[in-house]
Amino acid sequence: MATDIAAVGGACGAGQCAGKCKKALKDGSWSDNPVCMQILGICSSLAVTNRLENALVMGGALIFTTTLSNLLISLLRNATPRRVRMIAEVAIIATFVIVFDQFLKAFSPQMSKQLGPYVGLIITNCILMGRAEAYALQNSPLPSIVDGAANGLGYAAVLAIIATIRELAGTGKLLGFVVLSSDVYTPNQAMVLAPGAFIILGCIIAAYTALKTKPKEKKA
Amino acid sequence: MNGTSALIILVAAIFTNNILLSNFLGMCSFLVCSRQVATALGLGAAVIFVMTCTTIINYAAYHWVLKPLGVHDHLYFIVFIAVIAAFVQFIEMFIERFSPSLYHALGIFLPLITVNCAILGAALFMIIRNCSFVQSAGYGFGAGVGWSLAILLMSGLRQKLGYSNVPKAFHGVAIIMIITGVMAAAFMGFAGMVSIQ
Repeated sequence: MATDIAAVGGACGAGQCAGKCKKALKDGSWSDNPVCMQILGICSSLAVTNRLENALVMGGALIFTTTLSNLLISLLRNATPRRVRMIAEVAIIATFVIVFDQFLKAFSPQMSKQLGPYVGLIITNCILMGRAEAYALQNSPLPSIVDGAANGLGYAAVLAIIATIRELAGTGKLLGFVVLSSDVYTPNQAMVLAPGAFIILGCIIAAYTALKTKPKEKKA
Repeated sequence: MNGTSALIILVAAIFTNNILLSNFLGMCSFLVCSRQVATALGLGAAVIFVMTCTTIINYAAYHWVLKPLGVHDHLYFIVFIAVIAAFVQFIEMFIERFSPSLYHALGIFLPLITVNCAILGAALFMIIRNCSFVQSAGYGFGAGVGWSLAILLMSGLRQKLGYSNVPKAFHGVAIIMIITGVMAAAFMGFAGMVSIQ
């Protein structure tokens, strides 16, 4: 019934729609966080977090692509035959990634070079495909936009946290500005390199799990 | 990278520039499929095969089709992912028809590989590093072997992990991440050996 109404005019009941959007926002950014809870999009969250600047651009890119691809997939969900839905989703996602890549190349070639292949790899970022399959295919456009944006936001937030720790501990700088001068703190190179990334993400996931399970234990 | 021999690239792709441990690609299936050594072996073999072939095909598509047409700059993402998806689908049908036993061993892993970002990543690295045809083939094969080596080592470690007492919050993915970090640190010991890029 709800899907019928949505299919006709994209207008679901205002109250129901707002509730859905609110739930999508909360799930995506905290209680069902794509990186910490669903363990999606791990590759890029490790690779681009050596500097906060890179992480912020990547987070922005993901918010942009998940929001728009969710919107388009949701709009086309009744027109797409089930058998070819995967390839249709990939094509839609790739289109938005190309748009972002061209934009970045035109306005910030330096950043485009730093991110290297990881902009193109947004196509295979599991968050996009995951949200398309799990949410946009079943829901009307408006909640899908919110869901996409919320998941992008959750991802961007985790990226920003990891990048802040890594850049600060690894170089003593934040966004290129010196925060901890070299006489106070000796930078630990390992944080910028691969092992630091894995270990910090492990600790963040552990902290997230600990924070999330706490309230439940109190109730019990 | 002109002049570097394909053999050096192969060794570098396995040890010093391991696609998983230093480029962080293919993490999803690495985390999910490393529970058992047998599973890791099957997936590893499938990845080596698909990665070598798709890197070569994508090299051909990029340099011999897209470049002459002048659309390589904005279309290569979509062409690469389409090539990978089509190749995997084709191989799946081919193996099913001609070797049912191999299909049962590899079959379930093939669809997973389409979304393995290491496959697309290897193709993109090949473009960024401006590899020649032979270098691309060496890199594709080496990256596949490197990835399989990492998942195989991890599956061995994970079977032992079952007996150890891990703190509660670290259960599941968190401890795997930290072990991977230690593995990455160990692999950094190879760093002086050969290098690419």
